[in-house]
Amino acid sequence: MNSWQKLACAVLALVLGASLAANLLAPGGYAKQYREATNAPPSHAHWLGTDDVGRDRFARVLYGTRISLLLAPAAALLSTLMAALIGGLAGYLGGTWARMAMAVTDLFLSLPWLFLLITARALMPLNVSPQVSALVTFMLLGFLGWTAAARVLCTTAGSLRSSDFVRQARAAGLPGQRLFWVHVMPNLRPVLYAQFWISIPVFILSEANLGILGLGVAEPMPSWGSLLKELEGLVSVGEEPWKFVPLILLVVVVTSFQLLLSRQEGVAA
Amino acid sequence: MTRHEKRVGEMASAWGKAIAVTVICLVSLLKPAAAQGGGELRFCLRTEPKTFDPLKVEDDASAAVRYLTGGVLVRVNRQTQELEPELAQSWKTSKDGRQITFRLRSGILFSDGTNFSASDVAYTMQLLMDPALHSPTGDAFRSGAGNVETKVISPTQISITFSAPVAGLDRLFDQVAILSERSPKKEMAVLGPFMVADYKPGASLLLNRNPNYWKTDEQGRKLPYLDSIRLDIQPNRDVEMLRFKRGELDLINSLDSEYFDKLSATSPQQVHDAGPSLDSEQLWFNEVAKSPIPGYKKNWFRSANFRQAISEAINREDLSRIVFHGHAQPALGPFSPANKFWFNSKLRPQAYSPDAALKALQAEGFRMKNGALKDKDGNEVVFSIITNAGSKIRERMAVLIQDDLQKIGVHVNVVTLDFPSLIERMTQSYDYEAILLGLTNVDLDPNGEMNVWLSSSENHQWNPQQKAPETSWEAEIDRLMRAQASSSDAKKRKEAFDRVQEIAVEQEPFIFLINKNALSAVSKTVHGAAPVILWPQAFWNAERLTVATK
Amino acid sequence: MVRGKIAAHALALVATVLLGGLLSATLVRLAPGFEADVQELDPHLNAASVTALREARRQDHNILQFYLSYMNRAAHGDLGTSLALGQPVRTLLLDRAPLTLRLLATGLALAWVLSLTLALSAAWLRLSIYDTLTTVVSGTFLCIPAAVLALLSVLWNVPGSSAIALIVFPHTYRYARNLLVKAYSQPHVITARAKGLAEPRILFWHVVPVVAPQLLAVAGVSVSMAVGAAIPVEALCGLAGIGQLAWQAALARDLPLLVNITILVTLVTLLANSGADVIGHMVRGQES
Repeated sequence: MNSWQKLACAVLALVLGASLAANLLAPGGYAKQYREATNAPPSHAHWLGTDDVGRDRFARVLYGTRISLLLAPAAALLSTLMAALIGGLAGYLGGTWARMAMAVTDLFLSLPWLFLLITARALMPLNVSPQVSALVTFMLLGFLGWTAAARVLCTTAGSLRSSDFVRQARAAGLPGQRLFWVHVMPNLRPVLYAQFWISIPVFILSEANLGILGLGVAEPMPSWGSLLKELEGLVSVGEEPWKFVPLILLVVVVTSFQLLLSRQEGVAA
Repeated sequence: MTRHEKRVGEMASAWGKAIAVTVICLVSLLKPAAAQGGGELRFCLRTEPKTFDPLKVEDDASAAVRYLTGGVLVRVNRQTQELEPELAQSWKTSKDGRQITFRLRSGILFSDGTNFSASDVAYTMQLLMDPALHSPTGDAFRSGAGNVETKVISPTQISITFSAPVAGLDRLFDQVAILSERSPKKEMAVLGPFMVADYKPGASLLLNRNPNYWKTDEQGRKLPYLDSIRLDIQPNRDVEMLRFKRGELDLINSLDSEYFDKLSATSPQQVHDAGPSLDSEQLWFNEVAKSPIPGYKKNWFRSANFRQAISEAINREDLSRIVFHGHAQPALGPFSPANKFWFNSKLRPQAYSPDAALKALQAEGFRMKNGALKDKDGNEVVFSIITNAGSKIRERMAVLIQDDLQKIGVHVNVVTLDFPSLIERMTQSYDYEAILLGLTNVDLDPNGEMNVWLSSSENHQWNPQQKAPETSWEAEIDRLMRAQASSSDAKKRKEAFDRVQEIAVEQEPFIFLINKNALSAVSKTVHGAAPVILWPQAFWNAERLTVATK
Repeated sequence: MVRGKIAAHALALVATVLLGGLLSATLVRLAPGFEADVQELDPHLNAASVTALREARRQDHNILQFYLSYMNRAAHGDLGTSLALGQPVRTLLLDRAPLTLRLLATGLALAWVLSLTLALSAAWLRLSIYDTLTTVVSGTFLCIPAAVLALLSVLWNVPGSSAIALIVFPHTYRYARNLLVKAYSQPHVITARAKGLAEPRILFWHVVPVVAPQLLAVAGVSVSMAVGAAIPVEALCGLAGIGQLAWQAALARDLPLLVNITILVTLVTLLANSGADVIGHMVRGQES
């Protein structure tokens, strides 16, 4: 582990620790509205200022971390695994299987999933706890987010299938299943890591966008996505640089994940 | 690359414009010369206009185009709220409210040069009253079954007879843009100050001045002063604001209060707060008997005491101060004080008192346990408020209300939905508990809200399509609304509607929260602007605006 | 033989596209709000008009029937009429396609130039600090909401295609970088480097043949990423393209328009991906 990775580990531990200790660090809670101090700049009482309805932004960032940092990587993992299974297997099996799997993937890439999400919201009761809603949303995202990676994986696995060393291994009588796990899967890593890393911020942002469908983390609970949405009132952000803190935090966390993964790729030495 | 091509496109349209201008100049050579040079006014439409046919208008964008291009017989002056003559010099409504007779101006031409006469009015009315048209403009005239009768008395005189009395009949003609019976250009031949010159779907709409417009100003100069109006189709408010700041737009209508404050900090002369508008924001509970929500919740929602207590526990002052930055007034009832004639001035603001609310609920059998309110059967008081997604204002209001109600132990879940899903729940499946929504009010006359207050109607949102009124107060409102509609005596009508307003405030089927102020921004280069509270606030006097060329 | 294969592929392609249309029609039809129209809320409308409005929506009640009649008409060149805009879908799409195509082409080209430059230099330099830096840069763009990038392009008056490029580039960069770094760490490339072979020669002889099929697959997928990015970019930048149209159609539950747009998107996705596959096969074929 190089010094970058140690730093990355430390950052992730710090962020996770801070979010778990949110009750101590921000005893006011994320929902308390300081109605006399809305849209306040940073001060001693509110380190990152307050939002439109006077809620402490620092507390919201901490509590938002809990949801986003737990669920987004979980969803990213789900989508990566699905991509590995569908794309990897299809490419490995090749032939008709690969063609069929890829046709399904292409369909998945082009369907208007918005409507599936709207239907999902309709199937859920209106009085659902924010946690459940967030969980369902992230799982849906994970379930729908595998397509791009699967397509690349299928090609990778396809070219591996026809590569010399797999042919040799097969000729040596290695059973198919073992061949898949030992020789094919490890070579899919670059794509899988890319998929995992990309998915985390993409899912965090998508969660906030799904708020318009009544999915995702419901008020008053915060999420990184909803904090990042504050940036959309762009006309005013320039004057209020502290609104960038959630963005910076997300970039730092995402970069840390990448640095940890790149160790596995065995290059960034 | 794209930019370059865009420029080429602009040049092409500039050529088109040059040709159009030349044609107009040639036409105007035949008449007394009228150099205008009022410049081009630019602003945004928030949606695509669905139609240019003035009779089919239903959305805001189409209504804006109709307002700017359509010629009407009479016009409600947006500043004084009085009815003024336009194409009609004078008019007379019969005693029974069924017939209206107009005396028209003579010598007026449509934008394409066709003559205007009484037969055009007859033609327009026949089209408008076609039962298959299903347009809001037409339905407003339809108080009973049967067809409209039009009688052209002379080229400048026409009488129109309806099958049943129509209350506030003359004012309804403010919405009726007259079509030409004979022009081959159909609805594109107009009588208003501007005419559609170019339309790029999804992008922009160009209106040029109508060279045949009949009106002149006090000095005898031909109106409108402006040469053209460019309307960009832009749904995003942030982008609209950016472009205004950059000087690419000259005005913003119904400006967000947040941006109002930001702009007023840097250039206070560019923003206008015309005071409370007619628009209201309200909350209501589902009182539909057959709705799929639990029975005990229906019992809460159908209890006036419960609704009043909730209303009392909502801090309207905070809504106005925090969400609208002070550019809104706590609502007093169904009609805003901005409606000079019809507002019931006896109404008083709802006091904010969580303690009194809690007491009232306790009298109803509700009990507070560990910070959570329970009804007399032990059910925890939890309900969801749905509102439309994408409206920052409503999301913030919902969050404040959620917090307010938590203080009396009521737990609220806020759910934002896309508009079609929300409407389906509201009008078809009735699968909701409470809705937070704003209703825009264009009419000054209560007749425009007939379908909101009649218990049998589709738009009686809290409990629509009742076969017979389910409560005595709804029966009373039905009676009063019908009474005011069938009378042509303004005083009697006012009395009846005053009572409707009082009942509405007592029973709170709608919990009226806020009347927002009419905010607008007008660039320094625009002269003659006087934004008002009535739609279309900042450009109501478009024919008298000028834009200084840079 | 070859002709037969092509025919089979074309048949599969058509079948997938038609299935895509049917599935999207089903999704739209089953999602709540299909029979609701904002217009209903206009208090001026009387009961008869509201009923007429709802009836108009219910006409498309049976999805299969709707779709069969749609295909029948489409075969005769009539793509139907938009419910929300009241114009023929064909004109709507034809009017707006050029803008979107230009936007996508420019955006994708920019994204790929940027990501390949960065990925190649990362693989060549093999500097941990450079790698971290590019990771931070691409990570930042990945974390900024697409709407914000689109707004920034309006604010700074740059073409919308640069917003598309910045939305797509972190995705393509990450795949390209990981694949290239992996390729450069293969034994035969390391040997070639040790032998002192010129970098361009290593790149074109040893690296490109290995990564080309996969990079092409990423390229194919990046088309659908760009299509997805076109929706917020066009909507916010006020560009009257198909992305903007798609968003309007979704909000208005405009079934005829949505079905056509899905079919179009499916077609583009399929062509891009199978095109990438075919070229990938050719490259691989040459190599062996």
